[in-house]
Amino acid sequence: MNVLRRVLLGLAAPVLALIVAGLFTTLLLLLTGDDVGGFWDTMLSWPKNRNLVNILNSASVLYLSGVAAAIGFRMNLFNIGVEGQYKVAMFAAAVFAGQAWLPGKLNVIAAVLVAMIAGAIWAGIAGILRTTRGVSEVISTIMLNAIAGPLVGYFLAKWGQSTGNSTQTKPIPEESWVGGITIFSDSVTKLYGLSLLAVVVGVLFWLVLNRTRFGFDLRATGSSESAAIASGVNTKRMIVISMLLSGAVAGLVGLPVLFGNSHNYGASFQAGLGFAGIAVALLGRNNPVGIAFGALIFAFLTEQGNLLNIMAGISPDIVAVTQGVIVIAVVIAYEVVRRARTRIEQAAVADALAAEKGAAA
Amino acid sequence: MRRMGKIAVIATVAALALTGCGSDDKKENGGSDSAKGPKVGLAYDVGGRGDQSFNDSAYKGMEKAEKELGATIEEAKAAPGENDDIRAERLRTLADAGFNPIIAIGFIYSPAAATVAAEYPNVKFAVIDGYSSTIPKAPLDNLSDLGFAEEQGSYLVGVAAALKTKDKHVGFVGGTHGDLIKKFEAGFTAGVKSVDRTIKVDVQYLTEDPNDGATGFENPSGGKDAATAMFDAGADVVYHAAGKSGLGVFDAVQAAGKGHWAIGVDSDQYLTVDAAQQPFILTSMLKRVDTAVFDFVKAVKDNTAKPGFTVYDLAADGVGYSTSGGFVDDIAEQLNAAAEKIKSGAVVVPTDPAKVK
Repeated sequence: MNVLRRVLLGLAAPVLALIVAGLFTTLLLLLTGDDVGGFWDTMLSWPKNRNLVNILNSASVLYLSGVAAAIGFRMNLFNIGVEGQYKVAMFAAAVFAGQAWLPGKLNVIAAVLVAMIAGAIWAGIAGILRTTRGVSEVISTIMLNAIAGPLVGYFLAKWGQSTGNSTQTKPIPEESWVGGITIFSDSVTKLYGLSLLAVVVGVLFWLVLNRTRFGFDLRATGSSESAAIASGVNTKRMIVISMLLSGAVAGLVGLPVLFGNSHNYGASFQAGLGFAGIAVALLGRNNPVGIAFGALIFAFLTEQGNLLNIMAGISPDIVAVTQGVIVIAVVIAYEVVRRARTRIEQAAVADALAAEKGAAA
Repeated sequence: MRRMGKIAVIATVAALALTGCGSDDKKENGGSDSAKGPKVGLAYDVGGRGDQSFNDSAYKGMEKAEKELGATIEEAKAAPGENDDIRAERLRTLADAGFNPIIAIGFIYSPAAATVAAEYPNVKFAVIDGYSSTIPKAPLDNLSDLGFAEEQGSYLVGVAAALKTKDKHVGFVGGTHGDLIKKFEAGFTAGVKSVDRTIKVDVQYLTEDPNDGATGFENPSGGKDAATAMFDAGADVVYHAAGKSGLGVFDAVQAAGKGHWAIGVDSDQYLTVDAAQQPFILTSMLKRVDTAVFDFVKAVKDNTAKPGFTVYDLAADGVGYSTSGGFVDDIAEQLNAAAEKIKSGAVVVPTDPAKVK
């Protein structure tokens, strides 16, 4: 009974949020006079196999971004800079791998490390500023995002190669591509090899968080910083380490696409994944399983939303609205459910006490 | 895969809450069999129609195809923050829905078009400004890139700017600092210098981040700031190659007042600005995306579409300048002379600003 209730309460918030978001979107479509039926037909049609693969690919990338944000969030550290971190890291990895200093898959492993280090350094700047100068990491990571774009642009112009109207880094040699994993034989799209990094990161995140002293310190600092200090946690050290870890995971975000599809850093760079990751982390309550769930929902909505234009004549921008509403709704829903749970627990305790008293009398 | 099931459950719950709305039986447009002309799929990059510049020019070509070739059109818009997979999926969806040809507006579609063209050998694909045909290992006969000699048109408006400036000081506002927009800058500067080497050319790009199209091309306030700074510094003619951001350049020239000019880009922008701004639009560099789009649809209909690169240059009337407003009528002779030199090959316009002598 208790387990069932816990599961139901756990599911209540996200389901509530999805329903609210669905209703809100419908209302918006009605107000703008769009084709509501066409919207739901398109959004809820079962994706083709090739779309399912696309959903998995983008969900894994969103998952990495979400975990990167969640590592900071777990100790009340708001790393808003995943956006800039993965941009810098993907560029560094693309430049490194393009040089082909190492053969084949060794090149891939080295590039993954390069990306993690680049991301960690970019995030670490904010961590150091926070611990030594008390600069809020929110401000510094936002600023670092703004610096990352032009910085990468400058080096791209300097070192890049031109093809037609586009400039990109030297392509990664074919022997270092991490090609697709075929999931459905009839699908032209394949799962990026490095999408599996999301699984590895997810498992490690869970293990570190729940099974190590570091994870305990992290959660303790997040729950109450003063209590953590009192129990001997070096919070300054924790801040720097979590920023480095967060940045290192952020560094992985661009890699599945880099090694699986684009093979260079250039015009096809996908912006916005860092901010989407924050939303996904919020949606998943910074929990390794929850984030996976959030990433899949976001990826599903984006993939289906892509069809809206053609199938129903609705601008795909509406999906961004839906995603935004889900995030707001989920925050509210969690609070509502938390209060409901507290009430239920209080009632249960009161009942138990009353029963005890009754028995005693 | 278990997670997918979970999503489906939740999606279904959402659907149940909304069953009342799901009964509308509207099918996708463009699916009627009665249409005789070609069914054309048009895929835009972020922004899409309404920039009064590049994308609108493409649509103008489609309107012509609709009228003269009986074509039906389906437009697909992009959302911000996409990657090649999302773009490819958009092209696939159009192909699955029976559209042929499919025209992608913007070079960003090049990798996606190269991927999808290989999957649909019976559908013709074209990328405006693209380089898609350089991507596949073996050339595809259903993949075309429609490019323009932007530097030639920009050279001509550069000549116009040089002949109209009183203070020997002009400016150029670019969107993103990438290869495409550099061609506009190079041509413009070369045109100015061909008239008078001592004329100063201010150059400002709205962003150095080549991936930040939003700041580059959808940023009228940034365009206004950049142009205002140039007018304040003493420039009296400013040319923009910045898409929708150029609308801010027009606001700036209006604020700067009489004796200042702005030069539009891609479409004849004199025709789309407010009447109050019209007296300030000297001319526009025309990039005939409409011609390219129309020609391609017609070629596909007549079965004469050419794979690989097609460059629309001055000789092919693919670029040029507009005369609406009549502000360049008095220098028409010099402009024609410059155009003739380019067509005959006597003048070769550089495409790289670093190579402007």
